[in-house]
Amino acid sequence: MTDNAIPNINTPGYDVPAEMQGQVAVTSMDRLLKLLDPAYNWGRRNSIWPMMFGLACCAIEMICTAASRYDLARFGMEVMRASPRQSDMMIVSGTVTKKMVPQIVRLYNQMPEPKYVIAMGACASGGGPFKEGYNVVSGIDRYVPVDVYIPGCPPTPQALLHGLMKLQEKIDSQSITRERWYDSDVPADAIPVPVLGPDLMDPRDFKKMKQLAKQGAKA
Amino acid sequence: MTEMTAERKLSALEERFPGKVSPDARPGYEGFTVAPKDLLEVATALRDELGYDYLSSVTAVDYPEENVFEVVYHFYKSTGGRALVLSAQTPRNKASLPSLTPLYPAADFQEREAWDLMGVKFEGHPDLRRILMWEGFDGFPLRKDWKEAYYEEEHKPFAARWPEGAVRRSEDLNAFSGNVAYSKEFMAQPDKYEEEAEPLLYAKLNEEAEKMGRNFETDFVTVNMGPQHPSTHGVFRMAVMLDGETIVALKPVMGYLHRNHEKIGERNTYLHNMPFTDRLDYLSSMSNNWGYALAVEKLMGNRVSVPERAEYIRVIMAELTRISNHLWAIGFLLNDLGAFFTPSLYAIEERELILDIFEATTGSRMMCNYFRFGGVARDFPEDSWNKLKDLVNERLPRRIDELDVYLTNNEIVGSRTTGVGVLTPEEAIAYGMAGPVLRASGVPYDVRRADPYGIYESFDFDVAVRYHGDCYDRYIIRMDELRQSLKILQQAVKRIPAGSVLDKNPYNVRVPAGESYGRVEGPKGELGFYIVSDGSANPHRYHVRAPSFINLTALEKMCVGQKVADVVVILGSIDIVLGEVDR
Ligand code: SF4
Repeated sequence: MTDNAIPNINTPGYDVPAEMQGQVAVTSMDRLLKLLDPAYNWGRRNSIWPMMFGLACCAIEMICTAASRYDLARFGMEVMRASPRQSDMMIVSGTVTKKMVPQIVRLYNQMPEPKYVIAMGACASGGGPFKEGYNVVSGIDRYVPVDVYIPGCPPTPQALLHGLMKLQEKIDSQSITRERWYDSDVPADAIPVPVLGPDLMDPRDFKKMKQLAKQGAKA
Repeated sequence: MTEMTAERKLSALEERFPGKVSPDARPGYEGFTVAPKDLLEVATALRDELGYDYLSSVTAVDYPEENVFEVVYHFYKSTGGRALVLSAQTPRNKASLPSLTPLYPAADFQEREAWDLMGVKFEGHPDLRRILMWEGFDGFPLRKDWKEAYYEEEHKPFAARWPEGAVRRSEDLNAFSGNVAYSKEFMAQPDKYEEEAEPLLYAKLNEEAEKMGRNFETDFVTVNMGPQHPSTHGVFRMAVMLDGETIVALKPVMGYLHRNHEKIGERNTYLHNMPFTDRLDYLSSMSNNWGYALAVEKLMGNRVSVPERAEYIRVIMAELTRISNHLWAIGFLLNDLGAFFTPSLYAIEERELILDIFEATTGSRMMCNYFRFGGVARDFPEDSWNKLKDLVNERLPRRIDELDVYLTNNEIVGSRTTGVGVLTPEEAIAYGMAGPVLRASGVPYDVRRADPYGIYESFDFDVAVRYHGDCYDRYIIRMDELRQSLKILQQAVKRIPAGSVLDKNPYNVRVPAGESYGRVEGPKGELGFYIVSDGSANPHRYHVRAPSFINLTALEKMCVGQKVADVVVILGSIDIVLGEVDR
């Protein structure tokens, strides 16, 4: 290998430690990422650990998806973890009630990054058949960010598998340079946990509440 | 015949309490009314003298016009027979009745539910806390004058969507674009609100633990299992007080899946509710459909009749449901025992075959929405007959034997379940247990035999019963019931006649005013639907007597004194589904 082929192999513009010289060649970050991202994402997409977390009817179909006939293991996702600390993905599988929301947000906050949320079924996506009920929240995306929505009531196992493949596609498109969680300078803020008072309260709404009360008082 | 016995009982009760008990005079009502002050006395006599030892359902009804709440009790004899319905009224502004919990522990959770959702106080109840909503929630949601945040109109179909079908998002009507509403005073200073860490729950837990006394000079430890816990089969929570590893007190906490089934049901039209019943016990939607259809058909009386072929299809579907449910229950009980997923994978494999039949018949694997008032929605598909016959005659019997061989004499199953969570027959009846839990305690009570519905009388099958009342018996009785269901299915597929499957137009039903209680033997026990109709297109009151919910009443009884690891097994052996517990 002559110096002409790769002119700056040992002078990339930053210090290369002596023992590494001639061993590692970083000619361009882009090219490195082209190699690194797919390999890294390939590993991640095929070993997602879902949280063992079922809310309602949809959870039954989720279990069926993991079971004999549909076999989630083909996607490397069969390792369901009961602890949020060990899981990468939360499948919100069922009706989100006001009484349960604080717990779900807490669980989400406890999951390590990078984490993904799938809203499975009509209820988790937007309230579903029980939307108008006094204890039902119109979809989990009011509280935690959702990556994939799966329609259905309940979505069939095939639909859930399709949703999981969509999530894999999303993972494929990610790059370690762009995602927030690799950047140690950006703090990952926890989502404020909703409070159960006279009704479900989102601490982020407090300002608006006071404002509305003032308007009401004036009117 | 049954009419005559009812007549005799009527006089027996009235003779015993002249002037205190009177037949309900309103048209369409079948029970007796009693004044609140005599309620305890009458209930005691019912239990001790007249043999009505099984209190099945307690619920409250709001009558805003008369300005009263009425609490309705359904009593049965544990030896079988028809219901005795008793009702007591209390004024709306000072709603209070004596509690029946000291007499019938089965009333415990149901009275708490009536307090929680309707705001009726029960004097003498040992632990009257909210049960489905949280402590501090604003209002009693099932009262007719209570409106939810997304309230549009009293009854569906809403004028905004019908007949033009305009699409409207409820969020857009709400200031917080969410399903929430606060009072004005509260909104002025929301951050003054202090969240309390469930003081009532822990106070009660402490109180019961102190009563039990201590073994060691150590502190009791409070452990919360759930609502996110792999062993609770959903979002159920138990607050457990431990002395070392021994349980001294346990309080179930539920409502994490309370989806307001009843409030929504009272806004819906009658047929509208059918798909909602699917989502009660979502493992056995067909049985739920049947219970609801039965209650409405009973109200409609001779305006509707079910063709014979439809009766057969109903039996086939209900028994298939029972099989798929019990397979699931056994599989997940083994899961709870630590046989992680292997037995349940075998069970789910068979269940999938049953779901295939459901899907071919109804179009959906789980949410079948198949029953109609006066029959079923469509005929059984021709090309699935062979599959069904093969399943009930060949494959399932073989597979159930296989499960039996592997599990029943398994040493770990035996030692983890034998003698654990024992419930005596007397306790089982007093706590209002139903289904396999009741029968495993030695009470041969099965609604299919005790108070037959549909065409069950024409089938040859045994009521499975076991006598130890422990977790092992609750496991083995499900094996027995699987075999009995197969026996019914084998007869049904052989004998099913040709013909139509639906009485005339099932849509737009006219339901006369009155009350009715339809109950079926669901896979988890007696599933009852209590409906009060005022003659309009929507039910005035719609209440579900959910077996999973009431079976939990005895959970503390079964668990106290056991080790904490046994709680998981005991809960698994009761076989609850949260959709039905919380509704
Ligand atoms: S979307 Fe349907 S099946 Fe899923 S939880 Fe909601 S009601 Fe149940």
